[in-house]
Amino acid sequence: MMARLQRLGRYGCDSLETLGRAGLFLVQSSFGIPSRMGWYLWLRQMHFVGVLSLAIVLVSGLFIGMVLALQGYTILVDFGAEQALGQMVALSLLRELSPVVAALLFAGRAGSALTAEIGLMKATEQLTSMEMIGVDPLRRIVAPRLWAGFVALPLLTVGFSVVGIGGGYLVGVEWLGVFEGSYWGNMQASVSFIDDIGNGMVKSLVFALVVTWIAVFQGYDLIPTSEGISRATTRTVVYSSLVVLGLDFLLTALMFGSLS
Amino acid sequence: MKRSKTMELGVGLFMLAGILGLVFLGLRVSGLTFSVPEDTFRLEANFANVGGLKPRARVTMAGVTVGRVTEIELDTEWYDARVVLELDAELAGQLPRDTTAAILTSGLLGEQYVGLTVGGDPETLSHGDAIRDTQSAVVLEELIQQFVSNMATN
Amino acid sequence: MSDTPLVVVKDLHFSRGETSIFRGVDLRIPRGKITAVMGPSGTGKTTLLKLIGGQLVPDAGQVLIDGADVHALSRKALFTLRRRMGMLFQSGALFSEIDVYENVAFPLRVHTDLPDAMIRDVVLMKLEAVGLRGARKLMPAELSGGMARRVALARAIALDPELILYDEPFVGQDPISMGVLVQLIKRLNEALGLTSIVVSHDIKEALSIADYVYVIADGEVMAHGTPDLLNVDDDPRVSQFVHGEPDGPVPFHYPAVDFLTDILTPGAQS
Repeated sequence: MMARLQRLGRYGCDSLETLGRAGLFLVQSSFGIPSRMGWYLWLRQMHFVGVLSLAIVLVSGLFIGMVLALQGYTILVDFGAEQALGQMVALSLLRELSPVVAALLFAGRAGSALTAEIGLMKATEQLTSMEMIGVDPLRRIVAPRLWAGFVALPLLTVGFSVVGIGGGYLVGVEWLGVFEGSYWGNMQASVSFIDDIGNGMVKSLVFALVVTWIAVFQGYDLIPTSEGISRATTRTVVYSSLVVLGLDFLLTALMFGSLS
Repeated sequence: MKRSKTMELGVGLFMLAGILGLVFLGLRVSGLTFSVPEDTFRLEANFANVGGLKPRARVTMAGVTVGRVTEIELDTEWYDARVVLELDAELAGQLPRDTTAAILTSGLLGEQYVGLTVGGDPETLSHGDAIRDTQSAVVLEELIQQFVSNMATN
Repeated sequence: MSDTPLVVVKDLHFSRGETSIFRGVDLRIPRGKITAVMGPSGTGKTTLLKLIGGQLVPDAGQVLIDGADVHALSRKALFTLRRRMGMLFQSGALFSEIDVYENVAFPLRVHTDLPDAMIRDVVLMKLEAVGLRGARKLMPAELSGGMARRVALARAIALDPELILYDEPFVGQDPISMGVLVQLIKRLNEALGLTSIVVSHDIKEALSIADYVYVIADGEVMAHGTPDLLNVDDDPRVSQFVHGEPDGPVPFHYPAVDFLTDILTPGAQS
């Protein structure tokens, strides 16, 4: 019994310590003043985490929009309310699905790659040798990745929403025959730029920060062996997903809780 | 550092597409118009019962949306509900003083909104004025109760 | 001035977890010479280099480089000091996302404001010195182990440092590239007037280039002297190491309970 209690305590202390390290890590790496070269490093990472994740995010967005329209139609048509399809598709995407699903996909596609990349750099002593050359790897390696993720995910989320609403249009209007005017009209009447799109973007920014932070920290903090890298990559995806879903509930309660 | 033109172009396009997407969401999806910063025309109306009216609900006139509900709060002087309406600025100084406001329901189960009906008074409402003549929300339970008691007395 | 040592290690103590790695190590690295630090694997030779480079902090003791206590410096001063050092890692540690040319140019770009044409001259000069000017367009993944190490050497000398730390430069090399590296280290040291610390357990190669040798085992300096003197030293542990005898004062077995007791205790799995 005492031993178990002790183990629990030690686990708690370890977790707190890791959290503290991660916080320090974030502060140290994000406040680096970007150099002349920093801009270009950031651009490379934008390509890596943003442009290369675009395909999977857009394709998922299209399918999710189409499925939403199909499912929504079968329910709404019972109440004779299929004109509200556009509203339903747009609101579910903008408020919930786009930020959350894009963040989950981003964690799987870009986050795990970031962890593995930084982990491999650590394992091959690249980070140490950079330090010995007199360059802080937090600024040179971590900062551009952190900032790229922070900018890329909100953009991906916008793409997800646009393609999803387009997919809803394809299924709802082109296929199921909802009147086009009411698809867009009801959407415009019910979607608020600040409350729906704005809050969705705020969610996305929060998720971007958290997912990228977890990914680069796991990469930087791992044990530099092949097993360590594979474990850290898994941890990135698992932790990111859990944190995104948990934070989503919290943010939703804060943002939309008062509206109903 | 070696620069790759295609990569730079790719990132540029990606960011441009993201911004255009946001513009699309703003204009096409939320129906944002750039006349929003124009000062709006604010009216107040007191209702005995707002029913299920919520902030951001539509305000219509002859079925056309002309504004939104911005605030609903309890007026502690009369213990009724004070509703603040924000109307399009072009209606400022156009509505007669005896304009009436009613809380209506779109469809049987639909959302509630405020409907304005103009009167004939030559004097007009100005910014911040209150609409005197209001009609509360129809509460279904009360309606049924009334109906049942009418049946009983007949 | 030139007869004062560049690097002085005083009474260094370091432990990792429960295991103590150094128990009072004293070194004096003379300027402009090649000093070899030798010892069996697992005696913390790489750790020693990291302590000298300021990446690890000792439990007790000091490392003085040119009179400055490495571990008392601020982060900024430490990074400034590191510009005067080069370090060659066991794996080369080239940056895998940029090519050979950019790897060598990296320290120059970061620490100087030289125009591109001048950087090019310096990089080509350094690559020529290690004989890989022709390989400048290759990515690190396309290099053999020996080539990677030579590129890393070119990178380490890009800023003309005063001190170079070599971490096991000969490990895992075929005889030819081993010979190339031995020659390179010696030639660079003479040509540039560098101070070199070579950490190695390849006795023959290390002894052939070193001006002074330290032997470390069990967390202490066992012997030191010039290569000629070292051979005649009669400490049994040093002689075992230098002559490569499998068992002796440095035991072949990892510490364990008596074999007979161990084998006769069934059930005790671990």
